[in-house]
Amino acid sequence: MQTIAFTTDADGIATLTIDVPDQSMNVIGPDFLADLDTAITRIASEEAIKGAVIASGKDSGFMAGMDLKYFGSMLATKDGSRPAPAAIFDQVFILNQLFRRLETCGKPVACAIEGTCVGGGFELALACHRRFVGDSSKTQLGLPEILIGLFPGGGGSQRLPRLMGVQAALMYMLQGKLFRPAEAAMLKVVDQVVPQGTAVEAAREWVKANPTANTQPWDVKGFKFPGGVGQFNPGFVQTMVGALPMTLKQTQRNMNAPIALLSAVYEGAQLPFDRAIRIESKYFARVAADPQASNMIRSLFVNKQAAERGARRPKAEPKVPTTKLAMLGAGMMGAGIATVAAQAGMEVVLFDRDIAYAEKGKAHVETVLKKRLGKGMTPEKVAATLARVTPTADYADLAGADFVIEAVFEDVTIKAEVTKQVEAVLGPDVIFGSNTSTLPITKLATAWSKPANFIGVHFFSPVEKMPLVEIILGKETGPAAIAKALDFVAQIKKTPIVVNDSRGFYTSRCFGTYVQEGAELVAEGINPALIENAGKQLGMPVGPLAVSDEVSIELGYKVMTAAKKELGDAYVVQRSDDVMTQMVERDRLGRKNGKGWYDYPEGGKKMLWSGIADLFPRADDQPDVEAVKERLLYRQLIECARCYEEGVLETPEDGDIGAIFGWGFAPYTGGPFAHMDTVGIAHVVAVLDRLWAAHGDRFAATEQLRAMAATGATFYQSVPDRAAA
Amino acid sequence: MEAYIYDAVRTPRGRGKPDGSLHEITPVQLATQMLEAIRDRAAIDTVDVDDVILGCVTPVGEQGADIARTAVLNADYALTTPGVQVNRFCASGLEAVNIAAAKVLSGEALFAIGGGVESMSRVPMASDGGALAMDPAVAYKTYFAPQGIGADVIATKFGISRDDADAYAVESQKRAKMAWDEGRFAKSIVPVRDVMGQVVLDHDEHMRPEATMQSLGALKPAFTAMGEEMPGFDTVALLRYPELERVNHIHHAGNSSGIVDGAAAVLVGNKDMGDKYGIKPRARIRAMASIGSEPLIMLTGPEFVAGKLLARAGMTTADIDLWELNEAFASVVLRYMQAMKLDHDQINVNGGAIAMGHPLGATGAMVLGTALDELERSGKGTALINLCVGAGMGTGIIIERI
Repeated sequence: MQTIAFTTDADGIATLTIDVPDQSMNVIGPDFLADLDTAITRIASEEAIKGAVIASGKDSGFMAGMDLKYFGSMLATKDGSRPAPAAIFDQVFILNQLFRRLETCGKPVACAIEGTCVGGGFELALACHRRFVGDSSKTQLGLPEILIGLFPGGGGSQRLPRLMGVQAALMYMLQGKLFRPAEAAMLKVVDQVVPQGTAVEAAREWVKANPTANTQPWDVKGFKFPGGVGQFNPGFVQTMVGALPMTLKQTQRNMNAPIALLSAVYEGAQLPFDRAIRIESKYFARVAADPQASNMIRSLFVNKQAAERGARRPKAEPKVPTTKLAMLGAGMMGAGIATVAAQAGMEVVLFDRDIAYAEKGKAHVETVLKKRLGKGMTPEKVAATLARVTPTADYADLAGADFVIEAVFEDVTIKAEVTKQVEAVLGPDVIFGSNTSTLPITKLATAWSKPANFIGVHFFSPVEKMPLVEIILGKETGPAAIAKALDFVAQIKKTPIVVNDSRGFYTSRCFGTYVQEGAELVAEGINPALIENAGKQLGMPVGPLAVSDEVSIELGYKVMTAAKKELGDAYVVQRSDDVMTQMVERDRLGRKNGKGWYDYPEGGKKMLWSGIADLFPRADDQPDVEAVKERLLYRQLIECARCYEEGVLETPEDGDIGAIFGWGFAPYTGGPFAHMDTVGIAHVVAVLDRLWAAHGDRFAATEQLRAMAATGATFYQSVPDRAAA
Repeated sequence: MEAYIYDAVRTPRGRGKPDGSLHEITPVQLATQMLEAIRDRAAIDTVDVDDVILGCVTPVGEQGADIARTAVLNADYALTTPGVQVNRFCASGLEAVNIAAAKVLSGEALFAIGGGVESMSRVPMASDGGALAMDPAVAYKTYFAPQGIGADVIATKFGISRDDADAYAVESQKRAKMAWDEGRFAKSIVPVRDVMGQVVLDHDEHMRPEATMQSLGALKPAFTAMGEEMPGFDTVALLRYPELERVNHIHHAGNSSGIVDGAAAVLVGNKDMGDKYGIKPRARIRAMASIGSEPLIMLTGPEFVAGKLLARAGMTTADIDLWELNEAFASVVLRYMQAMKLDHDQINVNGGAIAMGHPLGATGAMVLGTALDELERSGKGTALINLCVGAGMGTGIIIERI
């Protein structure tokens, strides 16, 4: 056995210490399954063994879920096609059978949990007769599979409801919510919380004292499901009837895993346990056979982590963490960046032209920090963090900073002025980052005498909450600047993408098309409610008109006006320009003035503005919602494809992570590039050609797309399931 | 072959609560008393009754195990008379009559009785469960939402306001009161008796003739919480009807049908049976039909089944003198009036379930009887009787007075 150390003590109690080689965290792979199989056989068959304790040999925690390489291998077929659910079932049911053998081996088995215990690791724990958890504020337990498009497939969807009741179990599993040790004990998901580091001993004592405690509650005759169960139990019925609409509120109809989980619980809860786990595996196989989970795992998990670990970082550059940040501009963005930097332990000089503004910025930092009091934030931490932020209006105070981020007014002249002032204090060797959302980095870089040290670091508002930072390379940006910016992003625990310079870069440019297409639809007299619902059904966080109100219609108008001025004749006029102009002329500026596409009645719910139909008369023929969804989707897809073709994007990974975490692009797709690969580039081109003919050049497919369609090429070099591995 | 309606009886409707007059009467008793009444009024030998079909929407507990055959035995019908319970949700009572008529038309039956029973106070609505709502795979596929949500979606989609619905409800109450005052239901009503033979109810006790726009205006919409908050069925509604910005929740207890107890029976037979017993047929059945429609909005089936009925009968809306549509919710009738281009004075002229209540399995047979009585009272010729049905269906019938 390579993954489990099997020892037996004088009392005949076996200890299975899991330590999967070459992994920082224990994960479930084929070697572990084989070893567990052997171990169970020994426990069951050797008379000298009276019971067993399962523990981890790693400091990193007890165990995480399935090894994604192993999961990927389940989905691999010789010809690269997706396997049928029945073929996947044979593989996933192995895990269920093994855990079932463990809990019916005839001897008591206790689990000693120290540290993280999630996914398949938690399912292993649930298959033990007793669970002991070492107390630690860092320890989390539970079944978060839903977050990557799967659901618990190792018996978790059947054991958790049998321990804590259907309603509570569904709530945790549908949200992928984790338990803290005390919470888990209160909900009877674990049996006992013990002092940190003593779980193994406690488990061993229990096994020794309970030689006949070898049966799970659900295997005892007359077992009563907590909270009741069955088609004639009113509570169960009510839970099942209510769970679906609550799920659809979160997922619209886009995610298949939560729906499968509901069915697995509904059907499984009414069955004897051995049949229940078969039902679970059948539904799991069906979900796994769909590309959705693979796409989600690849973008939301594998590639996101790779990006955070420096996938795009120049390998030769030494680590250059920031110790003192010069933050220029103390508005919403500047104060937000100051907050996350100070929280990461950096000294922050928060500069603004007027000391009052700088102090207001610091007050914002305080407000943000205090909002988190009680949620892991203490008054002491607030004070210490605040002490690291120094507001100033004097450039001289920037001295000693090893990284600069500028977030002043979006105006090339003003930015150039500030840039020069900073260089006068710090010299040109320091890396200068500009948090512009639209202005070309290459142009801004001319104000810094070493443009190789100038880089774009585009944050999203509110900075404290938004996970993405878009790093933009100007023509001259060098590797040292990239390393510095990426190290900074790692320090503040955000997810970076790296893109090349272009108007609006990648995220603002592509996100803008969603808003613009919404405006185009309005201009055509399409029912605004239909447009908004189509956006939501597509999987966008909100409709295009609602988001337009949030970022402000006026801002879009200003960006458009600036682009027109700069590009002159090269500017391509869109119908959406006219829509924005008309709205701004009528003082419909967006949420900020309480009047945009929506009205915002005091104390009431926002409602679509009744005047829209006066400006843009309602068309007699209204399209099907699918047609509206298609336009909103493909307008974004084609812009993303253009960014890739133009070299704004260098990898589909950046494109997908940026889309999902930057502007909330339908996460269930795994991102625009994953989506195009999944539906097939030929299909994408065919749809674009149809939309191009009907709606104009903004939908024109690119040469690269046509070439890819002709050869059957994909953006990702491998099919999603292999990349997930 | 033709099918004729010879007679129709119904119980008065008791408030479907523990304080309702019929709460102490078992559902099989309600059905039994109607089967006895219809037999005795026509003075027929039940050997000639080839089937008894009773609608019942919650056929569990004491309404389970084929309540039709149970009531047949309990009413001392001929041992040879079988019984079958059917469930087409709110139209079950009419569906039962339609099946009875179909049996007569096909020659399977000489006499057949269609009717229905529901003791909503004793066997609560929805206590029979059903995959439609609780099996997630099915509910997902069919966009399940409760019918109150569907009724509110109808209101929203077809521009029916809270005031429209309340005004309709006030008028329903007025009409029911007037109809009772004038004895317009006298022909059909059979008082319900207790074990001692004493009358426990002889009138519809759910009515609120004092209802006004003001009193109804004070009632809170019933489906706002389940739609907008927990568990949030409006989400499902907007997934199916994305042209709506939101669902306008207008229905409440005062403009929706009342929960009541009751039973009804209708005697259908061929021409020879009338001759044999010397009883005169009251109406001829011109057409019968059921139809399916979109299940989330659920309650727009009547306009489609009306079209089907008219086509089958070779008639147009102008050929119908009297319209009857079960008042499940005000919006259902108001939408039907829009779609069929009807004035309120053509439809539900003696009020309906908003005032008198809707004993689910029995209502279809009750509204048929109500329409028949009204044809005879007013001297009109034809009536189209119709009910909206759960899961998106409609069931109707066209009768012609003789």
